[in-house]
Amino acid sequence: MTPQTTPQPAPLLRLAGVSKHYGGVTALDGVDFACAAGTIHAILGENGAGKSTLIKIMSGVVEPSAGEIVLDGRPIALSGPADAARNGIVCVFQELSLLPDLTVTDNISITDPPRRFGLIDGGAQRRRARALLDLVGCADVHPLELVKNLSLSRRQMVEIAKALGRNPKLLILDEATSALASADVAKVHEILRRLRRDGLAILYISHRMHEIAELADVCSVFRNGRHIATFPAGTRSDDAIVELMIGREYRHVFPPKPNRAALPPPILAIDHLGWEGRLHDISFTVGKGEIVGLGGLDGQGQRELLLALFGVLSGITGRISVDGRPVRPASPRAAKSGAVGMALIPEDRKTEGLMLPMSVRDNISIAALAQLTHGLIVDRAAETRRVNEMVRQLSIKLGDAAAPVATLSGGNQQKVVIAKWLMTGARIILLNDPTRGIDVGTKQEIYQLLRRLADAGAAILFYSTDYDELIGCCDRVAILYQGRVQRELQGAELTEHNIIASALNLPQAAANGAGA
Amino acid sequence: MRELRLWLAPRSGLVLAIALFLAMFTLYIANHPAGLTVNVATTAANKGVLLALIAMAQTLPVLTGGLDLSVGMMFILCNCLASHIIVGSAGEIALGLLAVLVAGLAAGAVNGAVVVFGRLQPIITTLATGAVYYGLALWLRPVPGGQVDEDLANFMTYTILDTIPTSLVLLAVVALVVWLPFRLSILGRACYAVGSAEGAAYMSGVPIQRAKLLAYTLSGLLAAVAGILLTFVTFSGEASAPAGGTYTLNSIASVVIGGTSLYGGAGSAIGSIFGAFVLRTIEDLLFVFDLPPLWQPLFQGVVLLAAVSLGAARVLRVRNRLELFG
Repeated sequence: MTPQTTPQPAPLLRLAGVSKHYGGVTALDGVDFACAAGTIHAILGENGAGKSTLIKIMSGVVEPSAGEIVLDGRPIALSGPADAARNGIVCVFQELSLLPDLTVTDNISITDPPRRFGLIDGGAQRRRARALLDLVGCADVHPLELVKNLSLSRRQMVEIAKALGRNPKLLILDEATSALASADVAKVHEILRRLRRDGLAILYISHRMHEIAELADVCSVFRNGRHIATFPAGTRSDDAIVELMIGREYRHVFPPKPNRAALPPPILAIDHLGWEGRLHDISFTVGKGEIVGLGGLDGQGQRELLLALFGVLSGITGRISVDGRPVRPASPRAAKSGAVGMALIPEDRKTEGLMLPMSVRDNISIAALAQLTHGLIVDRAAETRRVNEMVRQLSIKLGDAAAPVATLSGGNQQKVVIAKWLMTGARIILLNDPTRGIDVGTKQEIYQLLRRLADAGAAILFYSTDYDELIGCCDRVAILYQGRVQRELQGAELTEHNIIASALNLPQAAANGAGA
Repeated sequence: MRELRLWLAPRSGLVLAIALFLAMFTLYIANHPAGLTVNVATTAANKGVLLALIAMAQTLPVLTGGLDLSVGMMFILCNCLASHIIVGSAGEIALGLLAVLVAGLAAGAVNGAVVVFGRLQPIITTLATGAVYYGLALWLRPVPGGQVDEDLANFMTYTILDTIPTSLVLLAVVALVVWLPFRLSILGRACYAVGSAEGAAYMSGVPIQRAKLLAYTLSGLLAAVAGILLTFVTFSGEASAPAGGTYTLNSIASVVIGGTSLYGGAGSAIGSIFGAFVLRTIEDLLFVFDLPPLWQPLFQGVVLLAAVSLGAARVLRVRNRLELFG
């Protein structure tokens, strides 16, 4: 060994030139990355930075398109999560991998239970579950309880116990503390520190910056599918880290925003809205002619908020008013009715937005059929006229309106979803990430359409995971964090830095300082 | 106490089916002119065990979140095959029995392979294979007939030591030799895992394909056991499409009454046994109360609706209405 070499621990897992393409989209781009035994390694990045693809590759869920994975010095190819677990790579997934109808005991030893005469040894299996539950400090969870009867935070702890039971060499925690109360977070941190002493490599993905500051030895920042920087924890300020996370390849062209002296009169007003521990005390308004953005990291309650407004969730608390009158739609049918006049452009157009085998015409007219009916009969001539008008207005490219909507491109499918709801004449338009996965040209048409609708007097609530869109398209933006409105930004405050800092729940002083 | 409650919670359907059966059977015996004689018990057992075996066969695919519409036809096919080859010397009879069981296994394995590797929906797969199996049965037995070793048939359909119906013993042996090891094996639990949440099972590294394959294959084996027993009861084979269809539908009803979720992931074949007994006892009750047997479907339907309604209570607790359609 040459004298100038610093004593670096040999990496346990190393990725060399790993890329992942989904069709034409590059999720990971030539990533070199290494993590060492006995360290806690934090991974940071905004939505779409490539974190989840990275984890999926390491845990065998997806195969890389190019590059090499090296474990303990030898290259490996993982055929699936089972194979990754055999190699000592275990992941605690954000969407839990627990089986709701099985007991805690069965879940913890799902793939490799203690056996006697080749059959599962129930007693030994229960003792093992008890020991692992005690290890993670879940004395209150009974091993025979069905997982579906546990609260979300207990499930998350069971998930961690299950991962520990597999004797990992590399433990990946993907937002594993997102549903935990702070006492449980402290417990998990204590366990992670002990595992670090035992020589495990731990990858810790979290958007809670203070947890990372408390826990991590090394931080890596990802952006646009690339590995941007790796540095020892504590050597960079939060501000500097946020700067590393910012940065887009291209900017879209957005229609100009109107200059307003004062907020327009609200059409939709939300007052102390809450739901089932997932939404807390949400209050804001959307005015006539306004586009209000919903921002924040994925899964902070944005989707639930839109569903709550649209009458899909039951058991909501607080008030929703339209034009000053309180409303409480009990179903999407009630929400779209004339008295409320809402439309929701859903996130997953394939399951919630379109009936794929039905024709373009039938899809566009389905929500507005009531307006096209004489008695019991649908007026086909009026339907065709209105549909053609929509097709022209949105410039949907299609050969024949009678063809199944499944034959259109993704961008045109999304336009069909929007056309369907515009035809109802809705005045309040809720959009759930409408531009995800569609081409740049269609995106810009959608931005212009939204602005036209707003200028015509609609109130638009627009959830997007793309910060660029929020800044370019919205008059105001409410950032959600753990089901609460963390901050409302408008005008000059509406910067990428402020959005990311609020999404990460950083102190506001730091965010303002750098944003100014 | 908490221990007992937790143990009972996933078995509430089973307990309910047992209680329902005991109540109905007691009512039946109390009103039967002869009371609980060995003959009465044996007749009830022979009919009940046939459906119970097919209901067990149905349970396995249902646990994985699937369905097997071919169980009735595999049952008929094995009946027709058995009416040809379970005769002769002791050795020939043993070989014949083995061949029928292997035929059932093979039919089940074909179902499983198409579902797993062809990635087709279980309902349409087994609807199609069921028609194929029925075609094979017709080919084996164009007209009802055939024969079976009479000593063995008599033994299997009467009693052991003049007290216990042999068919009940057969059912207990099948439960001990097929169901119990399945329930306690890793692959058996994998079947529950697949039915509970297939995506989560995959993420946990559960052998999903092998589990499904095993469920359908064992389903064929159990249907074959039932097919052999039918041959012993009727001393012949008959390729009867109505019988196959009725047994298939009743097997699904038995599974539901026995507390197994049609969504998969929860329940047991023991529950299905009692679900089958409940369905069978309805018929007997109509008989002792002198009601026309034509009322049987109506009563079966009412019992089934009641059982399904109990399982649907969860809908009242759903907070996100989109989940109702998941």
